[in-house]
Amino acid sequence: MTKGDIAPRKSGGSRSRGGTPPEPEYVQLLTPDGERVSHPDYSVDFSAEELRGLYRDLVTVRKLDTEATALQRQGELGIWASLLGQEAAQVGAGRAMRTQDMAFPTYREHGVLYCRGIDPIMPLSLFRGVDQGGWDPVANKFNLYTIVIGAQTLHATGYAMGVTKDGKVGTEDGEAVIAFFGDGATSQGDVNESFIWSSVFHAPVVFFCQNNQYAISEPLERQTRIPLYQRAAGFGFPGLRVDGNDVLAVYAVTRAALDNARMGQGPTLIEAYTYRMGAHTTSDDPTRYRVSSEVEAWQAKDPIKRVRALLERENVADEDFFKAVDEDARTEAVSLRERVLNMPDPRGEQIFEHVYAEGSPLVDMQRKQFEAYAASFEGGSH
Amino acid sequence: MAATTPTAAGAETLTLGKAINTGLRRAMERDDKVILMGEDIGKLGGVFRITDGLQKDFGEERVIDTPLAEAGIVGTAIGLALRGYRPVCEIQFDGFVYPAYDQIVCQVAKMRYRSRGNVALPIVIRIPFGGGIGAVEHHSESPEVYFAHTAGLKVVACSNPEDAYFMIQQAIASDDPIIFFEPKRRYWEKGAVNTSLGFESATPLLSSRVVRPGTDATIVAYGPMVKTCLDAATAAAEEGRSLEVIDLRSLSPLDMGPIFDSVKRTGHMVVVHEAPGNAGLGAELAARVTEECFYSLEAPVLRVTGYDTPYPASRLEEEYLPDLDRVLDAVDRSFGW
Repeated sequence: MTKGDIAPRKSGGSRSRGGTPPEPEYVQLLTPDGERVSHPDYSVDFSAEELRGLYRDLVTVRKLDTEATALQRQGELGIWASLLGQEAAQVGAGRAMRTQDMAFPTYREHGVLYCRGIDPIMPLSLFRGVDQGGWDPVANKFNLYTIVIGAQTLHATGYAMGVTKDGKVGTEDGEAVIAFFGDGATSQGDVNESFIWSSVFHAPVVFFCQNNQYAISEPLERQTRIPLYQRAAGFGFPGLRVDGNDVLAVYAVTRAALDNARMGQGPTLIEAYTYRMGAHTTSDDPTRYRVSSEVEAWQAKDPIKRVRALLERENVADEDFFKAVDEDARTEAVSLRERVLNMPDPRGEQIFEHVYAEGSPLVDMQRKQFEAYAASFEGGSH
Repeated sequence: MAATTPTAAGAETLTLGKAINTGLRRAMERDDKVILMGEDIGKLGGVFRITDGLQKDFGEERVIDTPLAEAGIVGTAIGLALRGYRPVCEIQFDGFVYPAYDQIVCQVAKMRYRSRGNVALPIVIRIPFGGGIGAVEHHSESPEVYFAHTAGLKVVACSNPEDAYFMIQQAIASDDPIIFFEPKRRYWEKGAVNTSLGFESATPLLSSRVVRPGTDATIVAYGPMVKTCLDAATAAAEEGRSLEVIDLRSLSPLDMGPIFDSVKRTGHMVVVHEAPGNAGLGAELAARVTEECFYSLEAPVLRVTGYDTPYPASRLEEEYLPDLDRVLDAVDRSFGW
């Protein structure tokens, strides 16, 4: 996988803007035109039904994401971190996980969440400002969205060390852990520490880096002088790059890395090479730092179009299927919207809840003061 | 020594360091989910030997020599706690905790709140703190307030062997994350410890306690300063002044009951800590006592603290650290108000 990579740049100069960036070497099983290509190490063996399922995931995940962006624009969400353009990376990784596997997401992994069979409403309370997440990370096998960049990679590593301690590695039904993060996070100390820890403790963890080319406004060149996946070698475990817009390739490499981890072969770094088609969040304005021709170049590599082309090329889906998928996605989006609008506002007392497992006299006292103050406005709207 | 438990059958004399060691051992015997993590805590037994012999008896799987990375120690402890373990992290010295600060403040403290009570993080972070050992920079600091200011954490400090023995076990048994400060210069102080008692029957972890009754003034301290204040009380008694000394024990949340009771009787209060005075625990205690005991106070609450400078070079630390004379000077000032 390391042959023929683009060489590190010799100067810190800016990358050519407006042109098509050079195609990096990566694992690819499906071209942007929907043509299957073979790879010496990775392949998939999906039935027609499974291929249609992946297409359905991709379309649904994008539709829900678009709906959430609209909800933010209409003032119903405080903020939204869109996954637009990264659907294949997330669906591929999410579907590659086995039931017993545990995910540690950032705040953008809505597609992974969906593919884990979790109701997509779950993280919306966070973005609406009703709570900070509020779900059970262990029961869902999906940690709370972590907003501090890279912090969750250490949590994933520790969890994976626990998997080893529990004797749940070394067999096909063993457990594996996957940590999600972005290209910007690779500069964080926590991420580098997690590489060291997982390596020396041989932890069953897969580091899944969605290199979407930007950390808010800063391009990849500000984070690294070498391809990110090559960093793994320095930590003592394998790294590879995959076409992050190719759901088949992402699935293949992630499934293999997770299975290696569960079999006791330690960590892998996957760099899913993709592109953030939208803004960093709804608060961001990408027109200030990137040109439209770059975005257009990536539009040609759209992760959904190529799967549709494949389905058509292999004659395993017809127009009725595509229409039905769109209609079902629309129905899910409408349901999501309705449920967001119907979310009750949090009660004031919620400020004081769940600070401690065993309570605190200080919090108890302040809660009483808060309630007494509110009660002093009896009959008012306070 | 301040122990209130009668030293009957089962009492043995332990140093404070050995008392923590023995408490850790008890916790590990009781619950095989308890694991220790830290730098040099295995074969070496820790730079202060607090984990001496534990790796030999419990194995490398439960007493883990970690990479030299404090954020990693705490960050992986979070993952292990989510997996059902009860990690006890050792930070080698007070001044080395800052690389882990983000993980402690943003993750350890907030995970339960973020999950709306769906998960607990029963993590104990042990930190030897304070000066007086003639060390180089970063080895003598008192960073407790950084943590006491953070909701979601509980912060305690032990001052004597018996408390150390019980408090470490209580902290490990708690489902809340606890920052456990150990007075490093008192590690070698000896005291009676009733190791036949279970920690459940000891003084509750989050309570303050009168360790020397008195009638004239209330002295509040914690960690290494408790002994200093007890010595000051002995000296004051020779001059006919009766000082009541309260060991805070829990720095967050504060257990104000015994302090209010005391100040209402004495009308004078002096707070003593090694940490700098500005925005320190003394300020919080003064504010709380002023609110509750305003009409009982015959003088403002006075503070005896480290100066608001970086911790100085070791040949100056005797000048920097509060000592018996500075405590008595503050008591005199309170009575001269």
